[in-house]
Amino acid sequence: MMKKTFWDRWGTPLILLIGFALSMALPASGLINPYIELVLKYIGINIILTISLNLVNGYMGEFSVGHAGFMAIGAYVSSILTVWVFPAAWEGVLFPLALLAGGIAAGLAGLGIAFPSFKTRGDYLAIVTLAFNMIIKSVLENLEVLGGPRGFMGMSKLTTLWWVYLVVVLVVYLARNFVYSSFGRGVLSIREDETAASLVSVNTRQVKVLTFVFSAFLAGLAGGLFAHELQFINPRSFTILKSTDMLVMVYLGGIGSLGGSILGATVFTVVMEGLRSVLQLLNISQEWRLVVAPLMLILLMLFRPQGIMGLREFRFLIPLQERSEAIQKARETARTQRRIGEVRS
Amino acid sequence: MTLLQIRSLTHWFGGLRAVHDFNLDLLPGELVAIIGPNGAGKTTIFNLITGVYVPSQGEIRFEGQSLIGLQPHEIISLGIARTFQNIRLFKELSVLDNVRIAHYARTHYSIWEALLRLPRFGQEEQRVRYEALELLDIFGLADLAEVPAKSLPYGQQRRLEMARALAIAPKLLLLDEPAAGMNPAEIDQLMDTIRWIRAEFRLTILLIEHQMRVVMNIAERIKVLDFGQTIAEGTPQEVQRNPRVIEAYLGEETIL
Repeated sequence: MMKKTFWDRWGTPLILLIGFALSMALPASGLINPYIELVLKYIGINIILTISLNLVNGYMGEFSVGHAGFMAIGAYVSSILTVWVFPAAWEGVLFPLALLAGGIAAGLAGLGIAFPSFKTRGDYLAIVTLAFNMIIKSVLENLEVLGGPRGFMGMSKLTTLWWVYLVVVLVVYLARNFVYSSFGRGVLSIREDETAASLVSVNTRQVKVLTFVFSAFLAGLAGGLFAHELQFINPRSFTILKSTDMLVMVYLGGIGSLGGSILGATVFTVVMEGLRSVLQLLNISQEWRLVVAPLMLILLMLFRPQGIMGLREFRFLIPLQERSEAIQKARETARTQRRIGEVRS
Repeated sequence: MTLLQIRSLTHWFGGLRAVHDFNLDLLPGELVAIIGPNGAGKTTIFNLITGVYVPSQGEIRFEGQSLIGLQPHEIISLGIARTFQNIRLFKELSVLDNVRIAHYARTHYSIWEALLRLPRFGQEEQRVRYEALELLDIFGLADLAEVPAKSLPYGQQRRLEMARALAIAPKLLLLDEPAAGMNPAEIDQLMDTIRWIRAEFRLTILLIEHQMRVVMNIAERIKVLDFGQTIAEGTPQEVQRNPRVIEAYLGEETIL
């Protein structure tokens, strides 16, 4: 019994610490080659993107199709900071600030979108986010200062594996805290029945705006990591195709699940990278990869709409107080308190 | 002092007048029923009180404050809870979460305190958890706390809906046909429950009901609607003898 409590309390932090050590040691020791390291970083970035989109499309049941736009804002804002604003000697130290600024900029854009879209009915969000994604792309293509269609470059390779790891852990932690809070329950109630939610005191407008801004912020963070990995970004990296990839990862892993987001992003990234090698080997055009993601989406919708996890969650992602044993214990306490209350009155 | 005051409330759906010149003074602690045939505008009145619709005309005041123009969640937060004619639980969510969601307006921590798990978040979450479980215990649902609401049988879903409404800590409870789909034994139990929660939670209750037996048994005052108009009001005995009521409401039953 004691042993179980120890692992419940310290198991996750311990594993996280070992993970961090590995994320620093593995690339440095040469145990994994640069390609594997790159794939691992992509997995991390995609996990952040998937969680971001899952909050809106999965947990809340709204439909955003333009999250690549928020990623673009995060990528460009953080790159402008590290290339133009921060002194070169300090860019390594100031990198987290650049990421944060990229996230905040994306979050503000999310606020600008959320206000008008959530004023009216839900279906508007898909149209508005689609338009937003396209507008961001054309604005970036026409901003000559940022390189226009040629793109923006000059970033140092600041996205190390351990930075990706740290940000992923932080994002999962924050998303978990959000989901298992009064706000997170509000989000779920909106998905279930929005009118009923407002009639049991949920401020649905507030919850929707908060969730959307938080989601946009996370996509912005991912954009910053992405930009400082590639060291070169252009508007074509953030088209509707990128948004489609995110949709596939969300529905592959399962809506309304953080564990599902992690799995979906991992499986999708590995499959797409594997496909790259296979196509190369068979001497088939890489263009075919563009067919695979939408095809996967269609097949998923047909045969397994709930994804891998489908509303379920890994135990280690559920806060201690929310786990079954804790609820049972709380139930007994509540029951005793009620009996005492009855005796007193 | 009146708890709920409704003055010349009128509502149009396009060319259809759903509610016409409805007036009501609800005193604290009262149990008043609204009855009337299908389509008489009963549920519309609840939707007007809770802000789902904005009335075409008229005034609604709760503890002296006008409710016109307020958002549903603002009105609910003032202490008005309701149940629905066709149960509207959050089906995929757990029984416990169904009740906890109704604590939304009374949970006091900011988004930052939630994201960073600051102390107030922990205290508030613990309080909400206990309060929700106590309510579930009262309704005999505590052992089912982790079960999805959709898996409960009909009677328990009705009880969960009532528990969820009480989680708002209301002063006024609006019950929309709570006896719908119940057999006579369940109706007896329901009437006991309504009487009990009324005393226990010191509630004022406004009740819409189709089952005459329920209304005649527990309501102190009855308002009878037909085609959006109030055709009679008074004690159950008075209403029962009113010829217009017999024609509009009970008459319909004899024809059937």
